[in-house]
Amino acid sequence: MIKVANLTKSFKGLQVLKGIDLEVKDGEVLSIIGPSGSGKSTLIRCLNFLEKPDTAIIEIGSAKLNAESCTRKEIQQLRAQTAMVFQNYNLYKNKTALQNVTESLIVVKKMPKKEADELGMELLRQVGLADKKDNYPATLSGGQQQRVSIARALALRPHAILFDEPTSSLDPELVAEVLQVIKSIAEMDTTMIIVTHEMNFAREVSDQIVFVADGYIVEQGPPDTFFNHPQKERTKQFLKNF
Amino acid sequence: MNFDPSYIIVVLGKIVKYIPISLLMAVVAMVIAVAVGLVLAFMRNSSSLILRSLADVYISFFRSIPMLVQLFLIYYGLPQLFPFFTAMDAVTAAIIGLGIKQAAFLAEIFRAAFLSVDKGQMEACLTGGMTKFQAYRRIIMPQALRNALPGTGNTFISLIKETSLAFTLGVVEIFAEAKMQAAESFRFFEAYLAVALIYWVLIVVYTYLQQLLEKYLERPYRT
Repeated sequence: MIKVANLTKSFKGLQVLKGIDLEVKDGEVLSIIGPSGSGKSTLIRCLNFLEKPDTAIIEIGSAKLNAESCTRKEIQQLRAQTAMVFQNYNLYKNKTALQNVTESLIVVKKMPKKEADELGMELLRQVGLADKKDNYPATLSGGQQQRVSIARALALRPHAILFDEPTSSLDPELVAEVLQVIKSIAEMDTTMIIVTHEMNFAREVSDQIVFVADGYIVEQGPPDTFFNHPQKERTKQFLKNF
Repeated sequence: MNFDPSYIIVVLGKIVKYIPISLLMAVVAMVIAVAVGLVLAFMRNSSSLILRSLADVYISFFRSIPMLVQLFLIYYGLPQLFPFFTAMDAVTAAIIGLGIKQAAFLAEIFRAAFLSVDKGQMEACLTGGMTKFQAYRRIIMPQALRNALPGTGNTFISLIKETSLAFTLGVVEIFAEAKMQAAESFRFFEAYLAVALIYWVLIVVYTYLQQLLEKYLERPYRT
C-alpha cells in the first residue's frame, strides 16, 4: 500500500506540487501522465526523497513518515520500500550487467556473493539479458541498459517499483522491448508507479491513471473511464493531442 | 671544447644510490597530498559554507606561495615559533612541505573528477539502499579515479622533480650529491646533465607505469 497526503514541493519559491493525495493498493499499477513541467517527475522523486518534499505524509509498505519532521533513519527506511527505474538508466558504469544487479544485494543486504549471483542471473534471464551478464553498460544499447536497470530494481524485492519515464530517452525501436518487460512484471502483481508519456502503454498496463497538471491532480480513474469518458475540460484538452 | 662524456658515467654511478631517498620523499609526500587533497575536495563540494571557505583559503594559499619559500617557512620558520619543531629532520620537513602544497592542486583535480561522474549514479545508489559513503566507495570513487589519473600523474611528476629542492634544507639527495661532485671536479655541465638524465629516466618509467594503469582502468568503458 502506498499512501500520500498533502504533498507539496517548491523550487526557489515556485510551487511545483500544490497538494497531492495518492493511494495505490498492493499489486496495483498507477500511471502518472501530464504535460511536460507539470511536476510528474518531481512527484515520483519525492516518494523516495531524491527530492525532499516541503510537506507530506508518506506511507509505503511498512514505512511511514512526515516530511516536515523526519529523521535520516526514517528516510532510509522509506527508500528501502521502493526501487527506482530512471529515464537515463543510471547504471553503474564501472560494473558489469550482473554486478549492477547484485551490487545492492551484496553491499546493502549482505547476501553471500554466490547467492546474489544466482539471483542476479535469474533476473537477467527474466529481462532477456543472461548472455550479456559480463558486459559493461558502455557496450549495451539503451534498451538493454534499461532492462538491466529493471532487473536491478527487481533484485531489491521492493514493496513497489517507481518508474520515472522509463522509455523517454530510448530510440523508438527500442521502446517496445522495455515496455514488454515492464508489462511482464506488472502481470506478476508488482506494485508500480509509472510516470510516462506512452498513452497506449499506460492504458494497457495500469489499474489507475492519474492526470497531473499545474501541480495538482486534475483527474484520476481506471484507464477505461479516464481515456474514454474524461470529465474535466483540462483532461479532454490534453488527451486530444494523442 | 671542455666536455668529458665519460665523467657523466662517473657522476651517474655516484648519484644513483640517492634515487631511493628522492623517491621516498616523492611517494610519501604523494600519499599525504592524496589524503589531504581528497578531504579538501569533499570540503569544496560540501553544502557547508564554512567548510567550503576553509578549503578555498587553503587552496588559494598553498597554490600561491613558491615551493622554496614554503620549505623555508616549515624548516627554518616553524621552530622559531614552536620549539617542538626543532626536532624535525630535513627529510620530514621536505615531505610535509611537498605534500601539503600538492594537496592544494590535487583537491581541484579530484573535485572535477567527482563532478564528472553523473549525478544519476549517486541517485541510483541511494534508491538501491546504499549510504552516501558506500556509494562513493563502490561506485563514484572508482570512476572518479579514472578521470583524475592523468592530472594526478602530472602532479606526481612535479613532486618527483621538486624533491630536488630538498637540498636547500641540507638533505643529500640526487641533486645535492651531484652538486658536491661538480664542486670537486669543476665539471658542472657533466654533473648536472647526469642529474637531468636520471630524472628523465625516472619519469619515463613512471609514465609507462601510469599508462598501464590507465589501460587497466579503461576496460569498463571500451565499447
